[in-house]
Amino acid sequence: MDFPSGLLTVSGRTFLHFLAYLGQLTALMQELLIAFRSGVWRLKLVAQQIVAIGYGSQAVVIVTGAFTGAVFTFQSYAKFKDFGFETTVGAVVSVALCRELGPVLAGLMVAGRVGAAMAADIGTMKVTEQVDALRVMGVHPVDYLVLPRFIAMMISMPFLVAESISFGLFASYLVTSFGYDMPSAWYLNHMLEHTNMEDLSIGMIKGFVFGMLITLISCHQGLAAENGAVGVGAGTTRAVVISSLVMLIVNFFLSLLLNYIFPIGTV
Amino acid sequence: MAEPTPSTTPTPPAANDGSAPAFIELKGVYKRFGKQEVLRGINLTLKHGETLCIIGPSGEGKTVMMKHIIGLIKPDKGEIFVDGVHVNRLKEREMAPIRKKVSMLFQGAALFDNLTVEQNVAFPLLEHGVRDRKEIDRRVREALQAVDLDEHRTKFPTALSGGMRKRTGIARAIIDHSECILYDEPNSGLDPIGSDIIDQMILRMQRRFSITSIIVTHDMRSVFKISNRVAMLYRGEIRFLGTPDELKNSDDKIVQDFINGRSDITC
Repeated sequence: MDFPSGLLTVSGRTFLHFLAYLGQLTALMQELLIAFRSGVWRLKLVAQQIVAIGYGSQAVVIVTGAFTGAVFTFQSYAKFKDFGFETTVGAVVSVALCRELGPVLAGLMVAGRVGAAMAADIGTMKVTEQVDALRVMGVHPVDYLVLPRFIAMMISMPFLVAESISFGLFASYLVTSFGYDMPSAWYLNHMLEHTNMEDLSIGMIKGFVFGMLITLISCHQGLAAENGAVGVGAGTTRAVVISSLVMLIVNFFLSLLLNYIFPIGTV
Repeated sequence: MAEPTPSTTPTPPAANDGSAPAFIELKGVYKRFGKQEVLRGINLTLKHGETLCIIGPSGEGKTVMMKHIIGLIKPDKGEIFVDGVHVNRLKEREMAPIRKKVSMLFQGAALFDNLTVEQNVAFPLLEHGVRDRKEIDRRVREALQAVDLDEHRTKFPTALSGGMRKRTGIARAIIDHSECILYDEPNSGLDPIGSDIIDQMILRMQRRFSITSIIVTHDMRSVFKISNRVAMLYRGEIRFLGTPDELKNSDDKIVQDFINGRSDITC
């Protein structure tokens, strides 16, 4: 195969695979909507998933948020001091954590922890015929396996993001107050003056959207798993990689949209 | 008690007379996976209360044929009727009434790892809307007693032997009073005693509940013990269809080689 036609074939095939993948995600989303509208939400399973996703992910997002807030403060304080703006560190860290770092880093950590678990659990059930067993008993796999996880993620993610942001701000406050002897009133005053509910809302809205994306992508990888343990492992890896990349890309466009709705620095 | 004692005098239940209506009907069913044509024009009729064993070399499409009946796989061409309903025209969510009539025992039993034996067995009842706790307990106990597993109701599937897992699968298949059970290699991986116990269970189900059965098996001893009719699948087609006696007396060399375990390969 010569160079231009070979390149065209490969890129055409890749594009077709991408379209097929989008089609599969759309079909899964459609089944989810049907399941959601049926009103059978299996609240016990939702509660179990909230415990597994929300409660179980707290340590991960707290550590991520706290150390991100601390290191961001540590690095920015030194530079801001050169310009004599060190008192504004609280405001800068707060807005950055609320609008970007909190939701994105919490999302990436949850994609690694929860997305991988979702893909592995459902994938193992698929290759051991447990998903077929559900179907044989007249239970749609999306109703039983995906919808409870989806609802649990939609509930848990905004709170996890808020928790990550809170601990990030607290760590930032500790660094400035005890590391640099900045009067805490200065820090708090600037932070509260320049951070409003819209900033926190943006973080929580992003968490909500990321939660839906992680669940959709990871459950799809689980349901599509084939070829035994190797297939489950590959699906789990893909779930984390695709979720993380999609989240970073979607974050950019979501930031444009949300900054349009809630403009920065209007207070 | 780990395993019940096998019986020494098994007899298959009487075959259905010719006047009974067809319960399962396959008409010209074709299925291809990639380049491999697995089913090539399968025609088969099964009447209420009949027990059909499907035999044939590995990889010839026995399980694929069975999965077509319960709608887990759709044919490329042909029609499948279950109790008069054209199943391959139904969507996944429309299959539920058919799957209440027909259940399936998977080769690995496909029990849910996170549920105990009794929770696995109660699963179809709960999913089909039975809410009365006493009714569920009574029916679970009945089903587990029928397969001699009442003592193991609180164990998880990982704590069960292969035979016990398969018997749990049978209990789960019969608890919602299915009219037909499809067994995918119920004796595979079991020792001769365990295999005989499963055969006894199948015979007991047939006698007690007049269940229509289709059994995919490689165990010729089981075939002669439990079947009314035998179908041999060879190269995607039904090579033989008849009673166990007709199978024994068949003058087809391929049939005789298979049932006597003779290979053409010489060392």
